[in-house]
Amino acid sequence: MAEKKAEQGSERKPEFKTTVGGIPIKRVYGPADCAAADAAKDLAAPGEYPFTRNIMPSGYRGRLWTMRQYAGFATVEETNERFKYLYKNGQTGFSVAFHLPTQEGYDSDHPLSAGEVGKCGVAIDSLQDMERLWEGIPLGDVSTSMTINATAPVVLAMYIAAAEKQGVERKKLNGTVQNDILKEYIARNTYIFGPAPSMRLVTDICSFCAQELPQWNSISISGYHMREAGATAAQEAAFTLANGIAYVQAMIDRGMEVDSFAPRFSFFFAAYTNVLEEAAKYRALRRIWARVMKERFGAKNPRSMMLRYHVQTDGFALTAQQPLNNIVRVTLQALAAVLGGCQSLHTNSFDEALSLPSEQAVQVALRTQQIIAEESGCADVVDPLGGSYYVESLTGEIEKRVHAYLDEIDRMGGSLKAIEKGYIQQEIANSAYEYQKAVDAGEQVIVGVNKYTTEEPHGAELLHVGEELEAKQMERLRKLRAARDGQRVTQVLTKVRSVAQSSENIMPVMIEAVEAYATLGEISDALRQAFGEYRERNVV
Amino acid sequence: MSNKIRVLVAKPGLDGHDRGAKVVVRGLRDLGMEVIYLGLRVTPEQIVEATIQEDVNVVGLSCLSGAHMSLFPKTMELLRAKGLKDVLVVAGGIIPEKDIPKLKEAGIAEVFGPGTPIDTIAKVITTKTGGGAK
Repeated sequence: MAEKKAEQGSERKPEFKTTVGGIPIKRVYGPADCAAADAAKDLAAPGEYPFTRNIMPSGYRGRLWTMRQYAGFATVEETNERFKYLYKNGQTGFSVAFHLPTQEGYDSDHPLSAGEVGKCGVAIDSLQDMERLWEGIPLGDVSTSMTINATAPVVLAMYIAAAEKQGVERKKLNGTVQNDILKEYIARNTYIFGPAPSMRLVTDICSFCAQELPQWNSISISGYHMREAGATAAQEAAFTLANGIAYVQAMIDRGMEVDSFAPRFSFFFAAYTNVLEEAAKYRALRRIWARVMKERFGAKNPRSMMLRYHVQTDGFALTAQQPLNNIVRVTLQALAAVLGGCQSLHTNSFDEALSLPSEQAVQVALRTQQIIAEESGCADVVDPLGGSYYVESLTGEIEKRVHAYLDEIDRMGGSLKAIEKGYIQQEIANSAYEYQKAVDAGEQVIVGVNKYTTEEPHGAELLHVGEELEAKQMERLRKLRAARDGQRVTQVLTKVRSVAQSSENIMPVMIEAVEAYATLGEISDALRQAFGEYRERNVV
Repeated sequence: MSNKIRVLVAKPGLDGHDRGAKVVVRGLRDLGMEVIYLGLRVTPEQIVEATIQEDVNVVGLSCLSGAHMSLFPKTMELLRAKGLKDVLVVAGGIIPEKDIPKLKEAGIAEVFGPGTPIDTIAKVITTKTGGGAK
């Protein structure tokens, strides 16, 4: 018996069950494991439909991914400084984090904003704040990604108005607005209005951008937050594409022709430490989306079929214990993103399980990307994992699981219905709980947390955002309200309400309102009066 | 009245990160506690109201947005003002170590950081409530 075991090669544990995403694992993979894949069709050359291997023929040999670090701290002045610092260090795009009141439609002096001002991002109450945020940075020369959803119409209007004040035409603006409300109901939770008016605002932005901001990504359909809430890799892929399908359908229902808006749709996914499963996920995603766009929606323009996406490394994987270990985790995650062929990447800072990131930690995070780009050699070949028996098998396995979910969601009547039923939330909550049980039982090892633990203080230098800022931002608002033309504000807010109640595109009146220095909270209140507010049911 | 420990879990403030709170709710339920999840975006006032209405022994607060230093002590203050001195209050989230002594001074019995096993949370609750008989 022992002899036979040795012959087979003994293994270090009784069973290797599944990947972290629940896909069974064999000892070794061979040609038979990829037999289901029609290689000629599924694995066409990079740049060719269905783009499994890359959307571009030259991959990173043409152009590296955009190293885009999400940042936003406290006041606009501090964020402005941080942006200039990142820019000087070679960062090639900006990504703005807004504090929660801005994301949820409250001014800094609203009672619900107490304690939150400047904490998770920059406080933007009015166009004045947006103008100061970009002082000294020519908006015609940069690309900006803004993580904003429920209040996206207001914030995008502010960005356009700030650019025009700098003398930059709107058609020259380059960037992305997240504008993905469906995943807010599922995971991220910064919704304000119910699904119907929210979908109208989303598609208002998409059609406005299609006409006025030709270089702007009008939506970033995001799986990241669902993943962080507990989804597996396949669930992240499936639910994101289901939402994508819902948005495309909503645009078509508005009478838009698919190729007129789909090329400006972009995506946002997570990268976890399980390198090969993650890399396979991106490959599967590209293939499925291309086919959905061509076969289901009849897209003709190849750009409509190309899944372009941003990646952020997994925040949930960051441990408060032995925080320096996180640098290694982020490196593996970033590597997965690069091997998968992302268009842009944010690497998390190692101290983020302890607090908002410090400047040193932010620099290490950016350097991690630069080392992968310049030293690892992984960016010198397109789709370096293509043809690996295991990776091709994983790609096919994820594809299969995604299709099963998409069919199920179609049967329910689409993702909006599946969300209203709590189906997607429940699937994710179940995965989150299963994962926690596996960690608590020691089946899922997290180094420094449930194995190889130590009792040392972490000793990292942390960033602290003080409470004094709240008073400062409130004072700023008070002065603004005293100085602006109050009558003009009242008139424009009335107009916002009436446009909201009509079927007219909301964006022109949004720009008018921010230019009158109506605040984000006031504009959001006008929309609340027109649309009402949404209350979610708790799915545990 | 059963002697199950009754726990209220809530997320004060505008923070939407609810994975931890939900997992704790479910884990404590599986360990036999009665857990009410109040959900997101609740004010300290609403938490106090629910503490009274639901007659709980334990309140669990979760915050990952950095607003804990104003929201947690405020909740404690309001609980005290209502005479709810026997309610055990514990907290979790992204809470820098240096804030923990101040939170404990305000009356938070324990702060659980990322990576805390659910068992550990349950043990602390069971010990500090004397098993929960009420």
